[in-house]
Amino acid sequence: MKDLTFDSVVIGGGAAGMAAALELDRAGFSCAIVEREEALGGILTQCIHNGFGLIEFNEELSGPEFAEKIEERLAGTGITSFTGATVMELDASGDIKTLYCYTGAHGVMRLSARVVVLAMGCRERNRGNIRIPGDRPAGVYTAGLAQRLVNIEGFVPGKDVVIIGSGDIGLIMARRMSWIGCKVHAVVEILPYPSGLTRNIVQCLHDFGIPLYLSHLTTNIVGRERVEGVEITPIENGATRYDKAFTIPCDTVLLSVGLVPENELSKMAGVELNPMTNGPVADSMLMTNVPGVFACGNVLHVHDLVDYVVEEARRAGAHAARWLKGERPKAEARVKAGPNVRYCAPSRVDLHAANKLYMRTLIVKNDATLEVKVNNRVVKSVKKNHIQPSEMIAVELGPKDLEFAVGAPDPVVELSIS
Amino acid sequence: MSEELICITCPLGCRLSVDRQPDGGLAVTGNRCPRGVKYANEELLAPRRVVSATAAVEGGAACSGNPGGLCAVSRLPVRSSAAYPKQGVPELLEAIYALRVSLPVSRGDVLIKDFKGSGVDVIATRTLKRVE
Ligand SMILES: Cc1cc2nc3c(=O)[nH]c(=O)nc-3n(C[C@H](O)[C@H](O)[C@H](O)COP(=O)(O)OP(=O)(O)OC[C@H]3O[C@@H](n4cnc5c(N)ncnc54)[C@H](O)[C@@H]3O)c2cc1C
Ligand code: SF4
Repeated sequence: MKDLTFDSVVIGGGAAGMAAALELDRAGFSCAIVEREEALGGILTQCIHNGFGLIEFNEELSGPEFAEKIEERLAGTGITSFTGATVMELDASGDIKTLYCYTGAHGVMRLSARVVVLAMGCRERNRGNIRIPGDRPAGVYTAGLAQRLVNIEGFVPGKDVVIIGSGDIGLIMARRMSWIGCKVHAVVEILPYPSGLTRNIVQCLHDFGIPLYLSHLTTNIVGRERVEGVEITPIENGATRYDKAFTIPCDTVLLSVGLVPENELSKMAGVELNPMTNGPVADSMLMTNVPGVFACGNVLHVHDLVDYVVEEARRAGAHAARWLKGERPKAEARVKAGPNVRYCAPSRVDLHAANKLYMRTLIVKNDATLEVKVNNRVVKSVKKNHIQPSEMIAVELGPKDLEFAVGAPDPVVELSIS
Repeated sequence: MSEELICITCPLGCRLSVDRQPDGGLAVTGNRCPRGVKYANEELLAPRRVVSATAAVEGGAACSGNPGGLCAVSRLPVRSSAAYPKQGVPELLEAIYALRVSLPVSRGDVLIKDFKGSGVDVIATRTLKRVE
């Protein structure tokens, strides 16, 4: 068995993994990336549409371009990339962590390191997660799987399509399927507002005359061997109006009903998860409750922009390097999600450093106010033109904002939106 | 009769009402800022879109690692180098679908130059090596 030792190992070679590895390498620590696909880049390689990189590269790129530009930064560094290698086991109980990887090239490989960075990304929620009744015919795909089939492998999953859920991946796929000659008959959303960006509603649905049914529940997927249609039922004033149900004929259903952090390995390593994000609970260094195990990108919480993923991953890598040098936060405060806030990540802030937090709201609102309280005292208030659950909000908190917490027993920072 | 439009220049997404004036100009209401007027003019008089698609690879498959593995890459992602007039998008897509790209290809390679004199190129957005 191949047996190698590094200062640090990053699990996952997407945008997050590469960005974190670059920081560890820059700080002088040896680092290996383990990626189960044959190429680095992660989910970006299948996102061929434009709109990535405005923050990181100051230009609008497609996913593959963004991934390659980050990958090019690996050249000339000491980073070792193992592709086609899947981490199957992670033992993080000791000072030295052990990873068992299955690879085509080397069989089973054992890696040891003092630091492990979790960067495994997320997976799509599927039909089982949302419990749509009906038979189990062929022709039901998650939107991201369809994206991979169409964009990388060159398969067209069907001709007449209905998309369930109005997340951005579903909207992007509505345009993609239309451009390859399929007919998209509808996008069905259970909520009264779309969960994707307005820009995508306009350019992916309106451009093609695709109807968006808001406040509609999918009550049945019809068909025995192959999908024949989708039955949808309007929700009016909280009541499901079964008398008004109707069926849209189609041969293919794409589900765009949310993403969940990939967390099998995290659980195996004893990492505590946040029930709101399904990702690890992280401290101000983006370290989990298991010393030496860090997390960043979609495995920590689902991001909507890769630019934010890279920014966060860079911090995780830099913190991990500091941790290896023996640095620890002197004092931290707990971060609490207050009214109208679904979650904040990470779960702790360092009272003596610059902190960056990402959060998601529960509401759609124009002219909103984001308020930061330290031990019930308002220390910061930020005006937001527009907020919605699908757009992540970033907040920066420095030592000045947090000075009331210094010396207090169990200090709490609460973020709220009104 | 006024036309309804959603401005997508920023996340506020103002709902615009646009009336065509006798002189050919547009009267825009509902915008919270002047960029909404600019958007309405572009969108109604000369709408453009960035087009992203995939092109066929000559020989069928390409892969950066082991052929036939998880990475059965058989399409090359491409995009227009800039936004292209919206009504011409189907034609541009036809031209992309007619391509048979021979490998290797590098990110940024121009596959179609100056499509129909528009000044817009079609470029590769991924580097693909030839399978040996
Ligand atoms: C389908 C989809 C479409 C998206 N579209 C957009 C978009 O249009 N615009 C945008 O800005 N963002 C988009 N996003 C968000 C996107 O997820 C982030 O922008 C970013 O690319 C995520 O990076 P990551 O490195 O955290 O995760 P990923 O890119 O998912 O990388 C995780 C990597 O870890 C690997 N991995 C997982 N488990 C293991 C293991 N056990 N062993 C080894 N390797 C493992 C995976 O193979 C993968 O390569 C999309 C996300 C998805 C899922
Ligand atoms: S009109 Fe101005 S404020 Fe309104 S959506 Fe457009 S850019 Fe934003």
